[in-house]
Amino acid sequence: MSTKTPYVCRNFVEDVTDYLEGALPDDTVARIEEHLADCPHCREYLKQLRETIAATHALGDQDIDDMPADVKQRIMDAFRRSQA
Amino acid sequence: MDGGLDFNDEAVLVKALTAREPAALAFLIDTYHSSLVRLADQYVPSRSIAEEVVQDTWLAVIEGIDRFEQRATVKTWLYRILLNIARSRGTKERRSIPFALNPSLEPEPAVDPHRFRRYSRRGRGQWKQPPQPWGDPEEHTLATEAHAVIRQAVAELPPDQREVVTMRDVLGWTAAETCNALSITDTNQRVLLHRARAKLRTALEQHYRQGRPS
Repeated sequence: MSTKTPYVCRNFVEDVTDYLEGALPDDTVARIEEHLADCPHCREYLKQLRETIAATHALGDQDIDDMPADVKQRIMDAFRRSQA
Repeated sequence: MDGGLDFNDEAVLVKALTAREPAALAFLIDTYHSSLVRLADQYVPSRSIAEEVVQDTWLAVIEGIDRFEQRATVKTWLYRILLNIARSRGTKERRSIPFALNPSLEPEPAVDPHRFRRYSRRGRGQWKQPPQPWGDPEEHTLATEAHAVIRQAVAELPPDQREVVTMRDVLGWTAAETCNALSITDTNQRVLLHRARAKLRTALEQHYRQGRPS
């Protein structure tokens, strides 16, 4: 019989980032994985968090215009002129 | 190919920049311009101001190149310059991000505490209102919907959380790169990331819940 306080859902939602970041000690990771095996709701929470991260990453896919040619020219000119 | 110089090699890159080799600066611009604009976007109210911030960054890079000491990588140095310019410009534009980034000491639960049981056979803290599946991404055109919801939710984050989640999840930086650029500890970085991601998940959850006939 374990005397540890049980690992519950409310613990998981606070540990999830450290879990994904690999910042937890092995025994905590083991408790989390045991909990996840048992708890479909926390598996769903983890899945949603991963979808959230993917959706956030997709913001970075928006097109950024290349630097306008005249601006680039100005910067390259400044670069050439800058040598001491 | 400029004699085959490999600008991914820091020493080669710095030497070529110091020698005012145009290809070296062109390489930096091609590599970093768009992510600098994306990051600057988080500090100032419009894309056109973000582009000005990035132009000023390049000019500051040129001005500073002879003083660059290879204690940090070129990438870190570049982003630090951008952050300084973007933050002071953001202050001027009244969209400031505090210079000191320490997560507030107020606890911020990732999920509303009322959604967990206070008493249960297996101990308190089990889900009472568990997360409902969002459904097949393809079915509700998740990509485009999520895009708008997330963009809005990121804009509404506290500035320090917005900054960290932009670096980690929008730009895909490592934890070490983010800590380095912001001069914060890994623990604080993780707290800010955790709070930001939890809020973004909640925003998507609320969005999908509204969309579902109950």
